[in-house]
Amino acid sequence: MKMPAPDAALIARKGEIVRALKRIVPGEGVVSEPAGLVPFESDGLSAYRQTPIAVVLPETTAQVSEILRWCQANGVKVVPRGAGTSLSGGALPLADGVVLGLSKFNRVLEVDYANRCAVVQPGVTNLGVTAAVEAQGFYYAPDPSSQIACTIGGNVAENSGGVHCLKYGLTTNNLLGCELVLMNGEVVRLGGKAMDSEGYDLLGLVTGSEGLLGVVTEVTVRILPKPEIAKALLLGFPTVESAAATVGDIIAAGVIPAGLEMMDNPAIRAAEAFVGAGYPVDAAALLIVELDGPEAECAELVGHVRMLAAERGANFVKTSESEAERLVFWAGRKAAFPAVGRIAPDYFCMDGTIPRGRLPQVLTRITELSVEYGLGVANVFHAGDGNLHPLILYDADIPGQLEKAEAFGADILKLCVAVGGVLTGEHGVGVEKRDLMGEMFDETDLACQQRVKCAFDPGLLLNPGKVFPVLHRCAELGRVHVHRGKLAFPELPRF
Amino acid sequence: MLDTATKIQKPTTPEEVRAIVAEAGAKARHIEVIGGGTKRAIGAMDPVDLVVSTQRLDRIVDYAPDELVLTAQPGVRLSDVEKLVAARGQMLAFEPPRWTRLIGSRGEPTLGGVLAANLSGPRRIRAGAARDHFLGFEAVSGRGEVFKAGGKVVKNVTGYDLMKLMAGSWGTLAILTEVTIKVLPAPRTQTTLMLFGLPDVRAAEAMAIAMNGPFEVSGAAHLPGFAAHARPLKAEMATTALRLEGFEASVAARAEALAAALKGYGRIEALDSDLSREFWGQIREVEAFAGDPRPLWRLSLPPATGWRGPHGLPGDALYDWAGGLAWLLTDEPAAKVRAVTRGLGGHALCLRGAPAFGPREGALGALQDRVKAAFDPLGVLNPGRMEGAP
Repeated sequence: MKMPAPDAALIARKGEIVRALKRIVPGEGVVSEPAGLVPFESDGLSAYRQTPIAVVLPETTAQVSEILRWCQANGVKVVPRGAGTSLSGGALPLADGVVLGLSKFNRVLEVDYANRCAVVQPGVTNLGVTAAVEAQGFYYAPDPSSQIACTIGGNVAENSGGVHCLKYGLTTNNLLGCELVLMNGEVVRLGGKAMDSEGYDLLGLVTGSEGLLGVVTEVTVRILPKPEIAKALLLGFPTVESAAATVGDIIAAGVIPAGLEMMDNPAIRAAEAFVGAGYPVDAAALLIVELDGPEAECAELVGHVRMLAAERGANFVKTSESEAERLVFWAGRKAAFPAVGRIAPDYFCMDGTIPRGRLPQVLTRITELSVEYGLGVANVFHAGDGNLHPLILYDADIPGQLEKAEAFGADILKLCVAVGGVLTGEHGVGVEKRDLMGEMFDETDLACQQRVKCAFDPGLLLNPGKVFPVLHRCAELGRVHVHRGKLAFPELPRF
Repeated sequence: MLDTATKIQKPTTPEEVRAIVAEAGAKARHIEVIGGGTKRAIGAMDPVDLVVSTQRLDRIVDYAPDELVLTAQPGVRLSDVEKLVAARGQMLAFEPPRWTRLIGSRGEPTLGGVLAANLSGPRRIRAGAARDHFLGFEAVSGRGEVFKAGGKVVKNVTGYDLMKLMAGSWGTLAILTEVTIKVLPAPRTQTTLMLFGLPDVRAAEAMAIAMNGPFEVSGAAHLPGFAAHARPLKAEMATTALRLEGFEASVAARAEALAAALKGYGRIEALDSDLSREFWGQIREVEAFAGDPRPLWRLSLPPATGWRGPHGLPGDALYDWAGGLAWLLTDEPAAKVRAVTRGLGGHALCLRGAPAFGPREGALGALQDRVKAAFDPLGVLNPGRMEGAP
């Protein structure tokens, strides 16, 4: 992965840039000492590191506006950053750029129950929104696994999903409005408390734009009343095919579960050894099905799903009898990554989406590739929406294994696209899959996207080097690099 | 406006669409883009040289019920898509309206048309808008280039979400040549609870109680007396309606709980599944306002205070989207309707009697213009359709 060549002249202007930023954000708001910059060198994709010229931590929209205006006038690149939990390198700094951190925008500004929305600053954590409204029986639906740390601003930038997005949608489906500062310093408001937009839906366009179009300084999110009850089922199957077929049967029966996850045998074994969630270690595949809603509905649907699973030969069926047990069922799944980290020194995580019906074929091919490359693989899968996370196991200390693992990962992502899927279901393109964009989009497609970028940021100063393959294509394909089990933010549940 | 003699071109392949747009660009011609042509009267179209209809791009490309995904060419008739998915127990959850009777137009709305206009019905409050179900597309931009965005799977964050941009762009950025949408299981049954005689403010309160509890309300409308007289209600007075959909046992349990939560609002009656379906069809099509010659407005407002819009604008109004959508017949000047609506944090679309959109102003207006220019720098497609007027 190569970033655009840094501009040495800009780096040489560090003193002037830092002084200008300090004029705009006085006090502690500008970090420029080497030791202070270390925490900002990387995000959740810790394989890549870069020290920026400086980090600026504004507190007001006016400051953000002034920073961007000054940077545009002076040709200084800007990388926006929320909590820095991106798994695709979206917040990776540039050697010749400044990082604009939104961590001080951490207030819930308004909760409007009558209109079922909350107005928050972008540095509020995902879970912080729910925390602000749960006493009144509400919650914010999108639930990326890193929700304890990741911020709403980052969620907007990445269009974050979560285990419940099959039923409740991604971030984009749960936003009503935002305040956006353009690279030229102009402040625009998109949407509000009313539904839909007048004119072009720029809110929808900005959501998931990975920090390339503007800096979000305020967000209005939709909040929902909590479901009355949630129940989880564990369903073990003797074959991957029968588990996959059951997922199809559940959807075909008109049931949209709140969560619908699949793990293959290596993932089941790793998670069970780590957590002891009561998973069937001999099953070829495990489904975790969560149903929520009114009690009467859950009772009916649990029975229905159990019947469908039995018809497909499920030989392990367990329904949560309490909220505590439901959480235990999920604990194994949520610990799948650290669990796999215990059985191999290193692993890569992929993030493709495939048409769900192609799952048996794709898993069979991944198993063949695993044999060909001589590297283990464990699969966890958001089965309901077809989002696959194969974990490729390797040891970076054995010469040649890293390269093998990279090639293996490349083959998997190409396979996802070849069967009609996409490069990334939820982690974003960032720097990680940037050079793979050509697998999905031709030059005209990418030109159309880049012209949108130009409408917002004609100087290409906002988060350059991300999303679009600007330099040499590279063989490194989409993955999350984990060395010695050390995922950035190891304490956070992932995926 | 279009000379009625202007020929409507009906390309049958994306390549033909590309050739038409490229030629128009080269010859500085302007194109009106239509699907079924049922919403042509909306928006202040400038004169054009030719009309391009997607009607003959009408193939279903792929329908995979298990994947919850349907890919089709944009000219496929909405009613045909709905029939196809209904046969597999599925639906377009955003409940797209036709509005043909409402605005007195002829023809059959197309799938591409409802996406391009981002049209959503009563279930908008629960399932989201058309834009929330738009997964991917291929199109010809105003530059005469064929391009694609999104994908054919339900979960995808690869590249900019240009689907959101196309939804609600009214054919001013590109001509869609293929679209992929998300489909969802249709509910087994439904019922509607009705409250009677509530003034608008009290109705808004009742709808908020319904929306804020765990009842999964999928339609919330308020009809003042004049609008409630029609079939199937034939009510004597104002009627506030709340729809519940899903599995039988669930609907019954929620109806009971919702009725209990609304005890303080007087008599409650329920519509059975068939009547409920008929009733929400009428709400979706705003039938109470069909055939009325007065200027017709669609105000999108914060739901709890949506009633304030019509209360500041003399005329007749009814409410959908739990109060967040006010349909208004009024002779008030367009500038006043827009000012009152904006003042309440909303926006207004005029379907008849005034330009559809408000003026593009300030930094946001300039940004909208730049986005238009990114796709259609020469202004070939639907000139004027989204241009604002005070």
